[in-house]
Amino acid sequence: MTQVTLRQEGKTLTALLSGEIDHHGAARLREEIDGRVAAASPAILVLDFSAVTFMDSAGIGLILGRHKLVSAMGGVVVVQKAPKDIRRTLSVAGIESKE
Amino acid sequence: MKAVNTMRLVFPSRSVNEGFARSAVAAFAAQADPAMDELADLKTAVSEAVTNCIVHAYADRIGTVTLYAALYEEGTLRVTVTDKGCGMPDVAKAMEPLYTTGGPERAGLGFAVMTSFTDSLKVRSAPGRGTSVVMEKRLGRR
Repeated sequence: MTQVTLRQEGKTLTALLSGEIDHHGAARLREEIDGRVAAASPAILVLDFSAVTFMDSAGIGLILGRHKLVSAMGGVVVVQKAPKDIRRTLSVAGIESKE
Repeated sequence: MKAVNTMRLVFPSRSVNEGFARSAVAAFAAQADPAMDELADLKTAVSEAVTNCIVHAYADRIGTVTLYAALYEEGTLRVTVTDKGCGMPDVAKAMEPLYTTGGPERAGLGFAVMTSFTDSLKVRSAPGRGTSVVMEKRLGRR
């Protein structure tokens, strides 16, 4: 099941994503993350993919959409800890994942 | 080329079936003893094709998606995903990276992912009649 756990430390909001991210599951992730971003106005939004077991281009859309939202508020989005299969999908969009 | 095994799935274009479709194809493909990354590629490509049916072909209604898979002797899997939805007037345009009619949350990279993760991809479409995506993937090349 697709889930997100949100943790805030100072101006950094970390979204720990887990499960399978496809078009079906992305909608709920988007709602939960955006609700928290609107309330917290983070300087850094970290999207942590370490527990994601599947991702198609809906995950790329999720990243690009959050980038648009957060950068409009003056913040940045960091993608981190994507497993090998997820990194290969990210590479189609030229997105790199931090360790 | 004669298929050694085939399967057909017919399901409504509900988004919950994206996961069902890719898992079913992966389970079918397992008999070819695929490498883990081949299986991951296949699941991702199938997920993109089925999502296109749900998001684009049947944007304002629930329609029928047909998925046909055929496995050939030398380990090639051919997957055909067909809908009878709105179709596309310009397939080449729709396949351009970043092109999308699906709104701001769609990356427009579905066909780019399908192309990257399969060995061959063919798309046929006619406005008002539907779309058929045929993808092939060699499995078990370790």
